[in-house]
Order: sequence, then structure tokens, then C-alpha cells
Amino acid sequence: MMPGKNEVAARLPPNGPGAAAVLAAGIGCCAMGVISLAADKARPLAILLNVYSPSGPLSGVSTLAVFTWLASWALLHYFWRGRNVDLRRIVTVSFALLAAGILLTFPPFADLL
Amino acid sequence: MEMTARELWTLVHGMGFGALYLMACPAAIVELYRRYKPGTLHPIEIADETFLGRWLLVMAVLAWITVLTGTYVIYPWYRALPPAGVHVLNGFPQALLKSYRATIGWHSIGMEWKEHVAWIVPIAITMASAVFHRHGRSLRGQPYLRSAVLGFVLVSFACAGIAGFFGAQLNKHAPVQGGSSLHIAGGR
Repeated sequence: MMPGKNEVAARLPPNGPGAAAVLAAGIGCCAMGVISLAADKARPLAILLNVYSPSGPLSGVSTLAVFTWLASWALLHYFWRGRNVDLRRIVTVSFALLAAGILLTFPPFADLL
Repeated sequence: MEMTARELWTLVHGMGFGALYLMACPAAIVELYRRYKPGTLHPIEIADETFLGRWLLVMAVLAWITVLTGTYVIYPWYRALPPAGVHVLNGFPQALLKSYRATIGWHSIGMEWKEHVAWIVPIAITMASAVFHRHGRSLRGQPYLRSAVLGFVLVSFACAGIAGFFGAQLNKHAPVQGGSSLHIAGGR
């Protein structure tokens, strides 16, 4: 006999850790777009993000985006580690954040803002 | 036949790690789509699951090496400013591209986009690898999670493609050159 839908769902591991990784990746990608745009628009921020002079502000922009991604991942994982969450909504939000991140890194679009 | 150290690094970054990543993407996409499709009756072999897990891990390592060598090894050579009074800009790709109306877009759009969009790749593929390692075959029963993994791998493929295309074009219009010369072979 085939197991029922609820039976299968009960056998699955909690989706919280996976959801945390997905949402954090969306946040990290969006952070890359937002921080690169901010550094492009605000000269003082670009100077502040110049953590490795030969690479210029890109070094700080990428480091801060990676830090945002890892910090949000750790935080979300902590809160969702043993839980089942609404994956549909989280995945939708993650793709929206990813799209925003890509769009914000595209110079002709960033120049419009 | 000679090659400079900077040319060799560019080759390793783009045609080595970057191209390997691009070639690895379609296989991961096909495997994730085909084997982990909800409702597929064919059982997932442990060996296949282990293989895909390792494949995604190697892809994540490749993506990190590519962006790190790009940002911290090659980009400084690309953006180096020519000293005052220097008019021959061959060793200064960014300045060379910006000095011609016909090539300035390769910097202002191409490089400006490439240097940022490329960083989305390691974030996306590391997430895909981590989720796959944690959930593995249970992704079949979690279609939204599987869609997220598949979608992020697809987007990472597109972003790596954008970075690779602009990298190749930039190096064609204003190659990164300089450093010690490496003798490869003699000619007639």
C-alpha cells in the first residue's frame, strides 16, 4: 500500500534548515546588489569599503555581502532548525531577493536610481 | 612562444576555474531536475546521491576560487592606474578601455556588472550544495525546496555566463598583461 501524503510529510526531515539556507542566499544576493549600489552612489561609503586598496571598494562590498549572507544564515538556522516553515512563501521571497540583487548590480538599471 | 605571469593567471581564472564551473552546471541542473522530480518512481541510488553531493561541493569550491582569484589577483591589475605622464596604456586595461569612446562601455557596463554579479554565483551554489547535503533524496518530497535549489543553480549558471562573457570580451579589448615572462615553446 502506498503511504498517504501526510504520512510522507511526517517522514521528511524538518524543512527549517533548508528554508534558512534558501532565504539567507536570497538575502546575501540582494545585499550584494544593495551594497554595490550604495557604494556607487555614496563616495564616503565607497572609501569606507575600500578594505583592500588594490581591489578598491569591491573588496569591502563583497566582504560585507558575504558577511550579511552568513550572518543571516546562522540566525535563520538557529530559529528554524527544528521547525517546519511555509516553504512556498520563503522560496518566493528568496527568488524576489535574488532577482533584485541581480537587477541592482546591472549598471544601466542602477544608474536610473 | 611566451606568456606573461598575468596572462597565465587570467587563463587559470577564466578558462580554468570559471570554464570548469560553467561546464559543471548543466550536469547538476539535469540531475536535480530528472532524479529529484516529485512523483518520479525510479529510486535514487545511494551512489548517485553521493556523486551529486560531491559534484555540487566541487562546484561551490570552483565558484569561490574563481571569484577570489578574480577579485584579489586579476582585478587589481585590471584597475591599476597609469603613472602621470604615461600615454601608452597597454598595461592598464581599465584606463585603456576608458580612453576610447568605442570601448568605454566594456568597462562601464561589462566590468561594472561582471565584478558584482559574479559574487552571486558562490553564494547560490554554496546554498544549493548545503541544502542538498542536508535534505538529499527528501527533496523529492519537498518540491518548493527542490525548486529553490534548482532555480539558484540555474541563476548561478546565468550569472557565471555573464561574468565569463564579459571577462572574455574585456580580455580581448584590453588584455591583462605584464609580470615575468614564461617561455612555453620555441618557434621557427
